[in-house]
Amino acid sequence: MRKILIVGAASAIAFETARRFADNGDELFLVARNRDRLEAIAEDLRGRGAGRVETLVLDVLDYEGHDRLLALASERLSGIDVALIAHGTLPDQKVCESSFEETRRELEINALSVISLLTGLGNYFEKQGHGTLAVFSSVAGDRGRQSNYVYGTAKAAVNVFLQGLRNRLHRSGVRVITLKIGRVDTPMTVGFTKDPSWVQPDRAAAGIYRAIHRSLDVAYVPWFWRIIMLVLRAIPEKLFKRLRL
Amino acid sequence: MTTGARQLISGWGRYPVANAVVSRPACLDDVTFPADGPLICRGEGRSYGDAAISSQGLVLLTGGLKRLCGFDATTGVLVAEAGMTIGDILKTFVPHGWFPAVTPGTKHVSLGGAVAADVHGKNHHRDGSLGNHVSELELILADGSRLRCGPDHNAELFWATVGGMGLTGMITKVTVRLVPIETSYVSAQHFKAPDLETAFRWLDDREHDDQYTVAWIDCLSRGRSLGRSIVIRGHHARRDEVAGRGGSALSVKAREPYHMSMDLPGFVVNPLSVAVFNHLYYVVQGRKSRPFVVDYDQFFYPLDIVGNWNRLYGKRGFLQYQFMIPERDAEEGVGRVLERLAGSRRASFLAVLKRFGPGNPGPLSFPDRGYTLALDLPMTGPDVLDLLDELDDVVLKFGGRVYLAKDARLAPERLRSMYPRLDDWLRVKHVVDPGGRFSSDLSRRLGLNPVPSGHPR
Repeated sequence: MRKILIVGAASAIAFETARRFADNGDELFLVARNRDRLEAIAEDLRGRGAGRVETLVLDVLDYEGHDRLLALASERLSGIDVALIAHGTLPDQKVCESSFEETRRELEINALSVISLLTGLGNYFEKQGHGTLAVFSSVAGDRGRQSNYVYGTAKAAVNVFLQGLRNRLHRSGVRVITLKIGRVDTPMTVGFTKDPSWVQPDRAAAGIYRAIHRSLDVAYVPWFWRIIMLVLRAIPEKLFKRLRL
Repeated sequence: MTTGARQLISGWGRYPVANAVVSRPACLDDVTFPADGPLICRGEGRSYGDAAISSQGLVLLTGGLKRLCGFDATTGVLVAEAGMTIGDILKTFVPHGWFPAVTPGTKHVSLGGAVAADVHGKNHHRDGSLGNHVSELELILADGSRLRCGPDHNAELFWATVGGMGLTGMITKVTVRLVPIETSYVSAQHFKAPDLETAFRWLDDREHDDQYTVAWIDCLSRGRSLGRSIVIRGHHARRDEVAGRGGSALSVKAREPYHMSMDLPGFVVNPLSVAVFNHLYYVVQGRKSRPFVVDYDQFFYPLDIVGNWNRLYGKRGFLQYQFMIPERDAEEGVGRVLERLAGSRRASFLAVLKRFGPGNPGPLSFPDRGYTLALDLPMTGPDVLDLLDELDDVVLKFGGRVYLAKDARLAPERLRSMYPRLDDWLRVKHVVDPGGRFSSDLSRRLGLNPVPSGHPR
């Protein structure tokens, strides 16, 4: 029975992952912005057999709230074994291209708020001497593409931050897992035409659960994105810039 | 709620296909209906024909609405959002010793869809269909109001919704009973029936019947062995029946399905390959004449092992034809259909025969006392549709009906003869949805919408 903190618990993939923890009887502390949605999810996880489910309504852009979040979660669960950072939005690339305001907002949500949480959690886990930090990133962070480079920028920042943090906390016995998630059929991506590379949230959750279980450093979810991104990264920039991706 | 994405969608048979506008609410509070235009809910898209597709208006995907709202561990009563699937229920509750009271042949169906189709399982002859085990439904009606109904409150609306193909409103929550099980295994047994008469007799006698009983028919056999079949029966294994097995008696095997990533070419399913498959099945499965223990997945959901077996039929898809014929004439009627089918040299990969117990008050609920046969036919063109029209004639002649959840082609005038209580249903539809907002390609094809003049036909 582990003690698990999930930030962005209302996300479809996070919820599916939480269900797996609940099936296992783990104790959960859930953070999300929307109270009703959070309560419905908490009720579900309790019904499924989670050891206990605590909730906190918080907007991740409320940086002051991050300390409160950490204090409350560690107090209610008396310790944290796994912290899953799952919140995020998918920016409208076209809007971002003409509005720096919008770009900044997206970077705040998808990069800075994550980095703020990781700062507090990293120190907490370091002091505790154990713990797993698992963070939702995206294959979009592996290479900038015209279709979503603002999102990609935020995720790339998170990826590098996680690399450094992993390196720093390795000696303290703290695991840092970068979850590079591919295309998942969720409310966030409802506007996209789905080809066979898209998967359902429960399949993504299975990959995430496995990555946490095995304490991987960098996990592609689903796994085949490792190959796709390997190919995509290998294309010389000279050629890449001509592609419509 | 995000709206407006266009998508090509179809039922499980992949025929017909609709170019639909879909939206996918992430939670119940997120559900809003557009100001006007047709509307239909789609769960897992496991109805076969055009019940959960709509080329007009909006298709509401309920996949995000699958939270568990409550479970009473003393009575087994579960309250869940309508997008929850039978598979979700199994995964969570089998380890605690509970099983759905009724389950169809795939676990990848949403509760809401299962209620809307009033699905049945291998135990219909004993336990009835899903509607018999639902004590409450929560609906959002066409005018946006939320309403609860059950067999003892707003009963007319409840029974119009059970089997109502999603046309009375959006089902948001389902309260359904689970039944206790001692183990996650099934104690099964197979019998080889050399002909149709024997299969019918065995489905109805104590010696061969069990809690769950169906017959798989080799529908390519003709003449004297017409209807030769394997009668498959089973019951939830008791603890003493699985004694000696390692591990927990209530273990759930996490079996990741094999996914077909592409369509097979249409010719793969042809009379020869089907004949070979059917013959092998008859010989191999027929050998299991002594009781044996299998896990529930293998017994109830053998086809779920291939994630999307519908691709087997290639791009053009297939039609499933399931009908029932009242008890008295069932054997003759089923025989006629099988003869006609064998005569057409068309092969059904799977043909499943089952005895039904009494029906329920749902005017559009499919099961009723008698026998039902389900067939799969590749969609090869208009000739298949003609054949099915002919089969409709046979079914009607013997007082039977076809199952709307599998239908993609029935003519509206035949629906009226097959479902004599249709007017009762239309009356309710007229009250709860006078503008006919909840409509699908199926409902428009079959005239299941209220007539604007004010009174049902």
